Amino acid sequence: MSDILNQLHTAVVAGETDPARELAEQALRASIAPLTAIDEALNPAMEIVGGKYETGEYFIPDLVMAAEAMKAAMQVFEPALMARQEERQVLGTVVIGTVEGDIHEIGKSLVATMLSAAGFQVHDLGVDVPASRFVEQVRETGANVVGLSALLTTTMLGQEAVVEALQEAGLRDQVKVVIGGAPAGPEWAETIGADGYAENANEAVGVVKQLLGI
Amino acid sequence: MRPKVEFLSRETIERILSEAYDLLDDPGVRVHSERALRLLADHGADVDLAAQVAHIPADLAQRAVETAPSSFHLYDGAGQPVVHYGGDDIQFDPGSAAIEILDHGATQSREPVTADCVRFLQLADGLDALDAVATSIVCADVPQEMADWYRLYLVLLYTGKPVVTGAFAVETWSVMKDLLVAVTGSEEALAAQPRAVFDVCPSPPLLWSEITCENLMDCAQYRVPAELVSMPLTGATGPATLLGAVVQHAAECLSGVTIHQLVNPGAPIVWGGSPAAFDMRAGTTPMGAIETMMIDCSYAEVGKHLGLPTHAYLGMSDAKIVDAQCGFESGIGAILAALAGINMISGPGMLDFESCFSLEKLVIDAEIVGMAKRIATGMVERETPLGLEIIRQVGHAGNFLATSHTRHWFREELFIPSPVVDRDFRRGWEAKGSLTTTERAHRRVAEIVAAYEPLNLPDEVVSELEAIAQRVAQSAGLDHLPER
Repeated sequence: MSDILNQLHTAVVAGETDPARELAEQALRASIAPLTAIDEALNPAMEIVGGKYETGEYFIPDLVMAAEAMKAAMQVFEPALMARQEERQVLGTVVIGTVEGDIHEIGKSLVATMLSAAGFQVHDLGVDVPASRFVEQVRETGANVVGLSALLTTTMLGQEAVVEALQEAGLRDQVKVVIGGAPAGPEWAETIGADGYAENANEAVGVVKQLLGI
Repeated sequence: MRPKVEFLSRETIERILSEAYDLLDDPGVRVHSERALRLLADHGADVDLAAQVAHIPADLAQRAVETAPSSFHLYDGAGQPVVHYGGDDIQFDPGSAAIEILDHGATQSREPVTADCVRFLQLADGLDALDAVATSIVCADVPQEMADWYRLYLVLLYTGKPVVTGAFAVETWSVMKDLLVAVTGSEEALAAQPRAVFDVCPSPPLLWSEITCENLMDCAQYRVPAELVSMPLTGATGPATLLGAVVQHAAECLSGVTIHQLVNPGAPIVWGGSPAAFDMRAGTTPMGAIETMMIDCSYAEVGKHLGLPTHAYLGMSDAKIVDAQCGFESGIGAILAALAGINMISGPGMLDFESCFSLEKLVIDAEIVGMAKRIATGMVERETPLGLEIIRQVGHAGNFLATSHTRHWFREELFIPSPVVDRDFRRGWEAKGSLTTTERAHRRVAEIVAAYEPLNLPDEVVSELEAIAQRVAQSAGLDHLPER
């Protein structure tokens, strides 16, 4: 592997956003194919990061910063991929957000980070997202996974609303719906006709992979 | 001398407040209520209505702090002022809004229903260590839309103790107010002798959602005490540094006091919170972390410096069952809170990050509360000389048990625990069945619940409560209230 890719790998593992971005630019200038950089530097780096988290060496902030560094490098590579009419291999496309009326961000963002670190394309719609927005975004991106977060017992009904909206839009069969948040649980997932429930961000990756048969 | 724990120097408190006032102006506070934004604008805040951001000048917030009362009482069903918010007085109430309950002996929790809430209230009513109750159990056998006021409805039917509560929606606040009016007689009586305090929770960082902001203003308007529950999560929704989190807490609370006092100057409001030292491994919000407790005690010092009543969620645990972690986290928290002189300490009974209630834990925590209150009383100079006279009198014979001095003073000096705390000889403990703390607690739960005496509420008050509950339940799609 080239020296630049080695450094890019190191920068992502260390969670250094600015160096990761600069090294990605350097890689393109050195005519390294973006897919090569992704396959040889970014993906292996995230695997190492995941391993370090599993063994207890890394904590959530280390993970989040590594994902940020990866994102910064991807932002450099994506236009180059488009220009070459190439596509990054992703495990799946996820549309995620906190449902309408609920403004709690942190849990949802952690799940988004973990999924993107695991190799998914993630579209994070933020918080207080109406059901119609989820439907639009699924249609636009061709997503096969929808993640719905709700922290309050009063807003968890919003998760049901999204499942119903997907049904009405004829998109329900295209996606696996996974829910999460303090008041939610496996029973609630069953009640509202979601496909899965995850207790935390780590579990979310496993649940999504399992639902997609990965 | 009253023992005290202090984490902050006066200089540090002033720096915290100075930074908090600066934050109110830049970046300002997000307020998702047009009513509040217009009110702030009318009083000199620089408001961006489209962005829903208010830049609050320091002097506006400082004036609000001045008009807020430094103390007030909560009243029980008999009209007695049994809870005093102010000074260093300490009081305890159970933790609030559990969406799960843990049965004795179970490792899995379950959703609580009406019968669980009633049993909890009968128990809390009988535990003298608890100065107030809380709407601690969210019943799963009623629709979500009515879960908040339904808890208060049950509380008012089963206990006369003051209540720490809160609304889950904008509309339900007035239902809860109506229920309180049913037991106090009128809106004026409720304002004059408030029975309940309402938690209102800003969202970190620096956001008043529509629900909490409207609840806050409704409390002010009717002079029903409001309790600010600011909850920065270190390194997640607030700074990772503990003092940084205290600064954010102060800014959120100051903005709350400002909005509240603009609606109705002089209305009672409490400087409270539920911050947590975010767990960087699990991504959870531990209430039993020592740093959580340090932030709580520190923000309480800031509140006291401002001359405001204080509150904290302490004395709870993140354990999943009633085990050793459950005991030590609850114990440390309750003792620290007592030594910090926090007026209302909410937590007894609560497990699993403030989400799961255990009746056995509640009676164990009542023992902790007894000890916490005792330590807060401190070493008292009971007589002069302190010991010279009695020691001389008993002399070298040394049997103090046979003196009236002992008989007179031991009840004053000692907190006498219930049988939940084992102080027997080993043989005695074995003879009683070698029970664990939790098993002893389980027995005590049954005893206290069995000894519960129903409230003698006037029939017309009960009818009024039921009429309100039935009317609002029907609009939530529930034709019949669950059996009690």
